[in-house]
Amino acid sequence: MLTRLNQRFSSLLFSASPEVPTGLPATKRTMLAAINNALDTVLTKDQTACVFGEDVAFGGVFRCTDGLRAKHGESRVFNTPLCEQGIAGFAVGLASYGVTTIAEIQFADYIFPAFDQIVNEAAKLRYRTGGQFNCGSLTIRAPYGAVGHGGLYHSQSPEAYFAHTPGLKIVIPRGPVQAKGLLLSSIRDPNPVLFFEPKAMYRASSCDVPDDDYTIPLGKAEIVKHGREVTIIGFGLQLLSLDKAVTRVEKELGITCEIIDLRTIMPLDMETIEKSVKKTGRCVIAHEAPRFGGIGAEIAAKIQEECFLHLEAPIGRVCGWDTPFPLVFEKFYYPDENRAYEEIKRIVLY
Amino acid sequence: MACSRLFRNFTLTVKLPPVTTHKFDATLLPTEAVTSKEELMKYFNDMFTIRRIEITSDAYYKNAEIRGFCHLCDGQEGIYVGMEAGVTHDDCLITAYRDHGQAFMRGETPHAIFAEMFGKITGTSKGKGGSMHFYNKTTNFYGGNGIVGAQVPVGVGLAFALKYQKKPNISMIMYGDGAANQGQIAEAANIAALWKLPAIFICENNKYGMGTAIERASANTDFYTRGDTIPGIKIEAQNILAVRETMKLAKKWGVEHGPLWLEFSTYRYRGHSMSDPGVSYRNKEEIDKVRATRDPIEYVKHLILDNKLASEAEIEDIQDKIKDDVNKAAAEAKKDPVPEAKELLTDVFSHNRKYLIRNVELKDSALI
Repeated sequence: MLTRLNQRFSSLLFSASPEVPTGLPATKRTMLAAINNALDTVLTKDQTACVFGEDVAFGGVFRCTDGLRAKHGESRVFNTPLCEQGIAGFAVGLASYGVTTIAEIQFADYIFPAFDQIVNEAAKLRYRTGGQFNCGSLTIRAPYGAVGHGGLYHSQSPEAYFAHTPGLKIVIPRGPVQAKGLLLSSIRDPNPVLFFEPKAMYRASSCDVPDDDYTIPLGKAEIVKHGREVTIIGFGLQLLSLDKAVTRVEKELGITCEIIDLRTIMPLDMETIEKSVKKTGRCVIAHEAPRFGGIGAEIAAKIQEECFLHLEAPIGRVCGWDTPFPLVFEKFYYPDENRAYEEIKRIVLY
Repeated sequence: MACSRLFRNFTLTVKLPPVTTHKFDATLLPTEAVTSKEELMKYFNDMFTIRRIEITSDAYYKNAEIRGFCHLCDGQEGIYVGMEAGVTHDDCLITAYRDHGQAFMRGETPHAIFAEMFGKITGTSKGKGGSMHFYNKTTNFYGGNGIVGAQVPVGVGLAFALKYQKKPNISMIMYGDGAANQGQIAEAANIAALWKLPAIFICENNKYGMGTAIERASANTDFYTRGDTIPGIKIEAQNILAVRETMKLAKKWGVEHGPLWLEFSTYRYRGHSMSDPGVSYRNKEEIDKVRATRDPIEYVKHLILDNKLASEAEIEDIQDKIKDDVNKAAAEAKKDPVPEAKELLTDVFSHNRKYLIRNVELKDSALI
């Protein structure tokens, strides 16, 4: 019991996942090093693979592609000019031909010129060609999320815009172990995948990440903490503030909370979510993106569809406010542990 | 520089550097500029103020008192001062995020500029924008924009509005060599050419898009030709008088004929932003060489000193005073109050609503 408690208090962000085999040789890696390792693995094993984007050749503005060009060659790891729509369209073309295509958008905030290519070309290719063509070998990586000082254009979380498009998968890791496993799955998944990396986590800290090739399945959420009284759903960096909020609430109210890391936003693992909410009867969903039309809204709608008679309280949401992501007001905007604490408490005491 | 001095009214005639043109009759451009002591002193003042603002911003940023992203324009001051010398504040200006020079020339005081970067309510955007988002409605300065190239179609829209409302004015649309490969710029160019809009496209070619040299990003580095059917002119923008004369012509041309595609050859001494030391993709010798031979402030200073329009001592005094004034402005701005919490939720829509700010204020706030 004591060991379980000690494990609980190490941050959820640096925990392993049940799908990852234990006892493997591992190295301490930050999230960016884990991502770098995953890309290296793919480039080594898949000779069709290539990695490109703005500034990736020297290692990228966050160093995720550090050393890859020297190791795998100029024709496989290369820079593009500054043209997101061009990058995305080019990536769709490459992937349609069967190349394992890993494109980088330098910040998720810059993904909008590429929106048409992703939503209208990448997502619909298989459908409109009746299965003849697809760009399933396409993965687009982008750093997303608040970083403390990013302001309007270096902090956004655009997952909801893309979740509204059938044909795309959206994956968001919470820590180094998940980053490697999920990225390898994303690249190998035969569907176009958007892989959003919480940039605040890149260098945050490090933990043991297995050196071997391993994958974490897409479309499967992970219960990172079991509990009885309320289900808390989040992803990415939010797991950190949820962890802190939950610790406080549990102590104050003498309850236990179940925390679910979605890992894959699209397709949602409703099975895990439903099972949990039917057990607890209460749910709070958290995300950095603005509240209106955020994926919390979709999850809440689905939960009430499937678990209505099990619910003891309305479904709570802790989100960014419905404003652009501010510069000096980030602390007010950001759904931190205090807001999560208040919302969880409100739902538990409803 | 060859110049002659007219004794009677103390004006200077200065020979301008050669230009390159694309589908444009180069003889339409003047080969000389006439200036005066008064003008040169003003240009010197303005450029040196911008330089000091940048140097001071650098220091505050390194001290983590300015946060977020910060893109400095040391070395490019001749552009911002030269442009304004050729046009008026009724001409619209829009640019990207390297906008401190434009902010100052479009009417913001150093105090307001620093206040914005410090995130104070007295900032130009109430502290809500920061270094990349300076604007000024009264002087038609449309910012201050974060997404590369996105300001260009917007600038064409401004040009259309001016023509639609029959204003004798132009829209000056600035972007960098890195942005030149954005598709939306080609879209904007086509619209401007098709409808003969008073749109003056200005590519600030400082040779590097972040850390990427122009040759590695652009198949065609003759940016002044990339407007295709739009006539283009490339000038040495480190020469403030060349910038001025070009903009005077551009204003006339824009109103009478339609778009123009300008390339300003320039250079930035610092990295792309405060996150970029600026030396991993170029060598120090290159930077030093430009400083020594193409600095816009030095050019004007030499004109002043060589023609004995002021003494070295006077120039130094002016420099010292500007340095002091700028430092003082920054120190004063630092003491200004931050915006109130409610400003988080203002300027999104234009109606008044009460919003939930923190859950602890549940009892006197209304849910969204």
